[in-house]
Amino acid sequence: MTVYILRTLLKMVLTLFVIITLVFFATRLTGSPLETFLGEGLTAEDRALLIEYFGLNGSIWEQYLRYLRGVVEGNFGLSFLERRPVAEIVAERVWPSLQLLLASLALTLCVAIPLGVLAAIYRANWIGSAIMALAFVGYAVPNFVIAIFMVLILAFSWNLLPVVGNATWAHFIMPTLAMSGVLIAALTRFTRNAMLDVLGQDFMRTARAKGLPETVVILKHGLRNAGVTVLSVLGLQIAGMAAAGNVVVEAIFSWPGIGELLVSAAITRDYPVLQFGVISVAMAVVVVNALTDIAYAYADPRIRLARG
Amino acid sequence: MIDAPVLSVKHLSVAFGRHVAVRDLSFDIHAGETLALVGESGSGKSATALSVLRLIEREGGRITEGAIRLGAQDPVDLAALSDREMQAFRGNRVSMIFQEPMTSLNPVMRIGEQLGEVLRRHQGLGTQAARVAARHALEQVRIPDPERRLRQYPHELSGGLRQRVMIAIALACRPDVLIADEPTTALDVTTQAEVLKLLKSLQAEIGMAVLFITHDMGVVAEVADRGVVLRHGRTEEVARVADLFAAPQSAYARDLMAATPKLGQSPLRPPVPQAEPVLRVSGLSKSFAQGGGILKPRTVTQAVRDVSFDILPGETLGLVGESGCGKSTLSRALMRLIEPDAGTVTLAGQEITGLDAAALRQARSNIQMVFQDPFASLNPRMTVRDLITEPAYLHSGIGPDARARLAGDLLEQVTLERDVADRYPHQFSGGQRQRLCIARALSVSPRVIVADEAVSALDVSTAARVTRLMQDIQDRLKIAFLFISHDIAVVERVSHRIAVMYRGEIVEIGPTDRVLRHPQHDYTRKLLAAVPNPVPRPMRAARRPEPVL
Repeated sequence: MTVYILRTLLKMVLTLFVIITLVFFATRLTGSPLETFLGEGLTAEDRALLIEYFGLNGSIWEQYLRYLRGVVEGNFGLSFLERRPVAEIVAERVWPSLQLLLASLALTLCVAIPLGVLAAIYRANWIGSAIMALAFVGYAVPNFVIAIFMVLILAFSWNLLPVVGNATWAHFIMPTLAMSGVLIAALTRFTRNAMLDVLGQDFMRTARAKGLPETVVILKHGLRNAGVTVLSVLGLQIAGMAAAGNVVVEAIFSWPGIGELLVSAAITRDYPVLQFGVISVAMAVVVVNALTDIAYAYADPRIRLARG
Repeated sequence: MIDAPVLSVKHLSVAFGRHVAVRDLSFDIHAGETLALVGESGSGKSATALSVLRLIEREGGRITEGAIRLGAQDPVDLAALSDREMQAFRGNRVSMIFQEPMTSLNPVMRIGEQLGEVLRRHQGLGTQAARVAARHALEQVRIPDPERRLRQYPHELSGGLRQRVMIAIALACRPDVLIADEPTTALDVTTQAEVLKLLKSLQAEIGMAVLFITHDMGVVAEVADRGVVLRHGRTEEVARVADLFAAPQSAYARDLMAATPKLGQSPLRPPVPQAEPVLRVSGLSKSFAQGGGILKPRTVTQAVRDVSFDILPGETLGLVGESGCGKSTLSRALMRLIEPDAGTVTLAGQEITGLDAAALRQARSNIQMVFQDPFASLNPRMTVRDLITEPAYLHSGIGPDARARLAGDLLEQVTLERDVADRYPHQFSGGQRQRLCIARALSVSPRVIVADEAVSALDVSTAARVTRLMQDIQDRLKIAFLFISHDIAVVERVSHRIAVMYRGEIVEIGPTDRVLRHPQHDYTRKLLAAVPNPVPRPMRAARRPEPVL
């Protein structure tokens, strides 16, 4: 197991290196970040001074090496706009994003797994069909559409919920619902399919032949097995949610999280912030994936033993 | 009433939709007695078993008529219970073991938990008491080191051990009736012998009645006191096993007996005339490596070790051995479907081990394979005409007219009608499909056919017809067969010579008669001793008076 964790960590470091490199060069594809940022009214001396100050002097390779050295030392540069370390700026945004992520995850699990199990058990009658129809609709509607309709109805027309920011628990309701919608739909469908596979297995018949009540058969023997497969997608879903889902939702609700920061950094062309923001999100994805892998290995004894 | 049966099934009928699977079936079983339910696939044996446990509804069937009375005193009609009421009986007073030990246990739960939950449920034991009882249950089924097994997961145990765990679960609450649905069919013959012996001794200890479901007459003779012969859901015969074997009354039972290969009772095939061997294998070896990543240790399994044999034209060499002994690896390595590590294979005078891809393709028309599963090895979207002439088309590029003619000829060879060429595989039964596979192999006029467990998935009467067909074709076309099987009685019936394989090596090879009557190697002797003999042990003492049925 230790070896397995070490290998996973090694893979993580490699992935991060690749991402840092990609992000660094991608942001520079549009030319020097400062060209669009500093404006016209600067003297040549001031300009050179600023270029040096932000570490933009030298060839792109020199900049890249300097940036890498900074990364190793934990120094990711200064924000063009706020003139303070980007790590500080991003760090302030982590907790609000994480809160929203955890709230959405909890809601998704609480709704999608029971719905998926029910849809599998009642696959032949209207309950199953109704759940699957809902899931289909939920999957087809993008989260920003859900968000905008909620804002229109719940906030503007009925004036029930606040829209902007994260001050109170009431602020959580709409962003959480908007972020969970697609996830609930996806996970419901997935849970149903995983559960259908399991329901037809021989060991389920064995469990019934033991005289166990149907609820025990389904929840203990069935869900435990389906859970192993569900877990593998769940990791990917959370990662996707961390990466993309919250950018849109946070922007709509002005949620002071990383997603909102990325959007405003892109608009103001604050490249150091954008760079570090993307790297942090990528890091979160990689970490979640690694954690999922490890959790998967713990959940399924066959994998655990095969990997030693 | 001491002589009352512990399980009494009266006029049971079971249907799946409109299809009637079991029709008016009646039988009794007394405590300590074993009743065999015998029949080929589709006879309704499993439907009966699942009906007694009332799990048939879960499989989409229903009991349309009849009573299933459990208990010698105050019998309860299981057919009339609700599902909730039934739960108290399942796993407690009636329990069941299934055919597939590999899939019948929950893969993500420890053995201890799977055993413990049945004890907690039916005997109201606490966690600690259930654990002690679970260990005791494992000891009872003679599983060594029970304390460690309780903490293990199913995939850490062999097939034989898993089936012992299933038996332990089924017998944990000392049931009145144990239903065993083909419990040894998926096991090797030596493991089967151990499991059957175990079941018998546990029956003597606990005194439960056993309803034993099997298609194997050899197993019936080993374990059962009485037998019910089923066919298409109808009862063909009910008799004591000794009578069933000595003088079967119904025509179907007689056919079934005749089709069952009995070790040592098949007429020997005369040796083929000496000739240049058509297939010569010498020093063939193949090993598989697992792991070998950056941080993983590499393990090497020697699947086939230094194997040598010849086959003459028109000769059948039977290759017997248990699962995992390397039979299938050998058959694939000698066709170079997988690349052997060492050794040579000479086919029709040409050494194929050194050939390049194009030459090998040519040479392969001389050697063809027939596989075990006739359902999986035929592409369901191709017509029979295309399927059986495909190898000929690939090897010589014959045109559509020639393909149609060839298809007709091949179908005649395997005793099917010429005009079935337009049909699709799903329209054929298992035996007919295996004939199609043989026709496909014949399409390139091979000199050698490798039949890998080719009749293992078929019912005995179908298997008998298919092996007879193979012999007819062999006598006419002088094709050599490598007949691979775990079933020694079938091998005896078809083979001129037999090779016994054990742990990747051929430990004994010789004429059928010599290998089976005068085995030289210990393993051969062990294998032969384990084969269930479809001749009942001389007159078991009848434990009960014959009930009126």
